[in-house]
Amino acid sequence: MYTEEMLASMKKVEAARERNTDLEPRRMTAEEKETLLATYHPDYKQGEFAVLQVGPNKGEKVPTELAALLQGKSRVADLTVDLTHPAYDVDVLVIGGGGAGASAAIEAHNAGANVMVVTKLRMGDANTMMAEGGIQAADKPNDSPAQHFLDAYGGGHFAAKKELLYKLVTEAPEAILWLNELGVEFDKAPDGTMITTHGGGTSRKRMHAAKDYSGAEIMRTLRDEVLNLQIPVVDFTAAIELVLDDKGHAAGAVLQNMETGEILVAKAKTVIIATGGAGRLHYQGFPTSNHYGATADGLVLGYRAGAKLLYADTLQYHPTGAAYPQQIFGALVTEKVRSLGAKLINAEGEAFMHPLETRDVSAASIIRECGDRGKGVKTPEGVGVWLDTPMIERKNGAGTIEKRIPAMLRMFGKYGIDIRKEPILVYPTLHYQNGGLDIDTDGQSGVENLFVAGEAVGGIHDRNRLMGNSLLDIIVFGRNAGQHAAAKAKQVTVGRLSLDHVQAFAAACRQAGIESDVVSPKLLPNYARKAR
Amino acid sequence: MSEMVNVYLMGKQYQVPSDLTIMKAMEYAGYQLVRGCGCRNGFCGACATIYRIKGQQQLNACLACQTKVENDMYVATLPFFPLVKQVYDINKVSPTQQIMMQLYPEIYSCIGCNACTKSCTQGLNVMQYIAYAQRGDFEKCAEESFDCVMCGVCSARCPAGISHPQVALLARRINGKYLAPKSQHLADRVQEIRNGDFKELIEGLMNKPLDEIKELYNTREIEQ
Repeated sequence: MYTEEMLASMKKVEAARERNTDLEPRRMTAEEKETLLATYHPDYKQGEFAVLQVGPNKGEKVPTELAALLQGKSRVADLTVDLTHPAYDVDVLVIGGGGAGASAAIEAHNAGANVMVVTKLRMGDANTMMAEGGIQAADKPNDSPAQHFLDAYGGGHFAAKKELLYKLVTEAPEAILWLNELGVEFDKAPDGTMITTHGGGTSRKRMHAAKDYSGAEIMRTLRDEVLNLQIPVVDFTAAIELVLDDKGHAAGAVLQNMETGEILVAKAKTVIIATGGAGRLHYQGFPTSNHYGATADGLVLGYRAGAKLLYADTLQYHPTGAAYPQQIFGALVTEKVRSLGAKLINAEGEAFMHPLETRDVSAASIIRECGDRGKGVKTPEGVGVWLDTPMIERKNGAGTIEKRIPAMLRMFGKYGIDIRKEPILVYPTLHYQNGGLDIDTDGQSGVENLFVAGEAVGGIHDRNRLMGNSLLDIIVFGRNAGQHAAAKAKQVTVGRLSLDHVQAFAAACRQAGIESDVVSPKLLPNYARKAR
Repeated sequence: MSEMVNVYLMGKQYQVPSDLTIMKAMEYAGYQLVRGCGCRNGFCGACATIYRIKGQQQLNACLACQTKVENDMYVATLPFFPLVKQVYDINKVSPTQQIMMQLYPEIYSCIGCNACTKSCTQGLNVMQYIAYAQRGDFEKCAEESFDCVMCGVCSARCPAGISHPQVALLARRINGKYLAPKSQHLADRVQEIRNGDFKELIEGLMNKPLDEIKELYNTREIEQ
C-alpha cells in the first residue's frame, strides 16, 4: 500500500520505535508556542483574510471565503416570498439537526414549547456524528471545574468570554449525566468509574469516550430521543434567510426544499441557529474532516439579520488529518490516538514534538516540520508526518486498538493498512470553526429572540478549542438555548413578518461597492466535476 | 493520473479514475449530491450502496464514501430505507426481554439466513446481535452492534422485515441507562456543583489579573 519512499522512511520509524515509545518529549514554552503559531499557523496568514465592508463587524477581518458569503447575494433576492401565510407556525424553530439542535429541541420540548427542527440534510447529518475522541468533564476527584477552566482558557489564549466558559465547565458533569441518563454509553471500568484520558492541552485526564464513536453514540441517541418525543423534523429543507418582525426581532425563517426547490415560510416566536461549522468552505485550500453540510450557513443568516460575530477569523486545523491514502485524504484521525500513546514522528524517525500540545500548536508544528524543516514524507496529495500507532499496543498491550479506536482500525484497514503494525501519515485538516455568532449566557445573540448554539457560536473557546470541549459545548449550550428559547417564547407576541433586513443589507453592500454574484448561504459544496 | 475504469452508476456507464471512492466517482461523473451523502467519512450511514461486479453472482453492499470503484461495477445507491422505529419513553421501559417482544416482535421471526451479517457495511455480526436481543441480553447486543452506522442495508436484505439498527439502538440505550454500572464519582461531582462547592474556587481564578492566570496556566501541573 505504501510507496517505496514511504517504506524507506517507515524503516527509520520502526528502528527508533522502542526509544521513541519511552521518550517523553519536552513541552514547548509559552514563547516558543507564540513564535511557532505566528510563523506557521494558517490563522496568521494575512493574505487569506478580507475586511468586512458591511454589517455588524464592519472593519474586521474574516477568512476571504467567508467574507464572500457574508456579503454575497441572498437566495431570496430574486424571489417574491409570501410571508402572510406561513406553512409552519411554532413557538421555537430550531435550524440544524446536529447535536446542538437536537439538545435544544429536546429541552425546548420538555419545557412545554411547540418546537420544530428544520435541517437541510437528515437529522443527525452533522459534525457531531463524526466526533471521535470524546467529551470533557471534570468529574474525577483530582480534578475540578476550575482546573478545566484554566486548561480551556489558557489553551484558547486567554480571551474567551469568561462567563460562557464558566458555564461550559461547571455544567459539564451535569451534561455527561444527562447523556448517560438518556442511554448514551460511555467507556467505564467494571465499578462504574469513567475511563478517561488526556487531550491536547489538558492537565487532568477528563476525556470521556464511547470508543472512538463518541459523537456518533451521542448523536444517534439524541436523534432517537427527538423522534421518541415526536418533535416534528422537516428534513432536506434549508433555512435560506431569517425572517424578522416589524420590531426587528427574530420571528422565523424562509425555508427551501433541497430537492424540489419549493419555498416555505416558518413563523416562530424564537429561533435557534444550530447550523454548525464551515469546513466545507475549504479555507486556504485545506481538506476538511467536516460533514458535507458544513458551510457556515447560520453565520450568513445571523449576520444579515444583525447578529454580531466573534472571533470569526479563527479556525481550527486538526493536527492529524489523514494524509494518505488519497481516498480518505483530510479525514479525521482522532486525537485519542495520541491520548493512547502514539507519537508524531518525522521522516527521519525523530519524535519532533510532545504529542499532546494544544491543537493549534500541534498543527503549526507539523506544518513547520513538513515545510521549512523539510522532514515530511511526500504523498500523492502533498506531504505528511508519521503518527506511530503501533506504539499504542507497545504501551497498553495487544487488543487496545481494536477495543478503544475501532473506527480508526477500520478506516485504514479498508485500504490495506493495519494501524496495529504500521504507522500512518497525517497532516493538518480544517476541523473546527472557533469563532461564530456572539451570544450571552442565555444563548441569545444580539438580535432579540435569536438564539445560537453549537459550533455556530463564537467566544466559548476563544481562538483555539481543546479536544472534547466541542461535544461538551453542543450539549451544554444546546440545552441552554432550548430552555431559554422556550421560556422566552412564552412572552413573545410576533409582529408583522418582514424580510426588509435582507434588502437593507443588500443595499448597504451596493453602497460599499460590492455587487456580488456569490449566492449565499452556500448550503452544499460543489464537488461535481465541471465536465459540462 | 491513474488508469480509468468502467462503472455503471444507476446502470449508466461512465469512465472514472480507478483510485476514486464510489462517492467521488459519482461527483467525477458530474453528480451534485444531495441525497446519499453525509459525513463522507464512514460514520453517518447516508451513503449505503449496493453493487455487483459484471459477470459475478454476488451482490455486495458498502458505504459509497469508504469504498473504491472497481472495473465493471454496477452501482445503485440506497439513500433512504424505511426502517421501522418504534416510539417509546426511555424513562418507562424496563430492561427485560419483554420490551423487545413489545416493540420489535418481528425479531422473533428471524429465519437465520444471515443475509444481514453478510451485507453489513461495517462488517458486524448482525444476526448474532439480533439473537442477543431476542434473549434480552442487551449488554451483549449493545457491544456487538456498537459500530453500527444505521445505513439500513441489513434491513433491506432481511426476509423477516426486521429493522436491525433500531433494535440495536434500543438495546444500547437500555444498556447505557439501566445496565452499565453507575458512575458514583459523576453523581457526586454533579451534587457538589449544585451545592456550589466550586463556586469560590473558580470565581477566584476567573477574577485574578491576566498575568496571574497566565502564570498559573504555564506552570500548572500535568497529570501523568
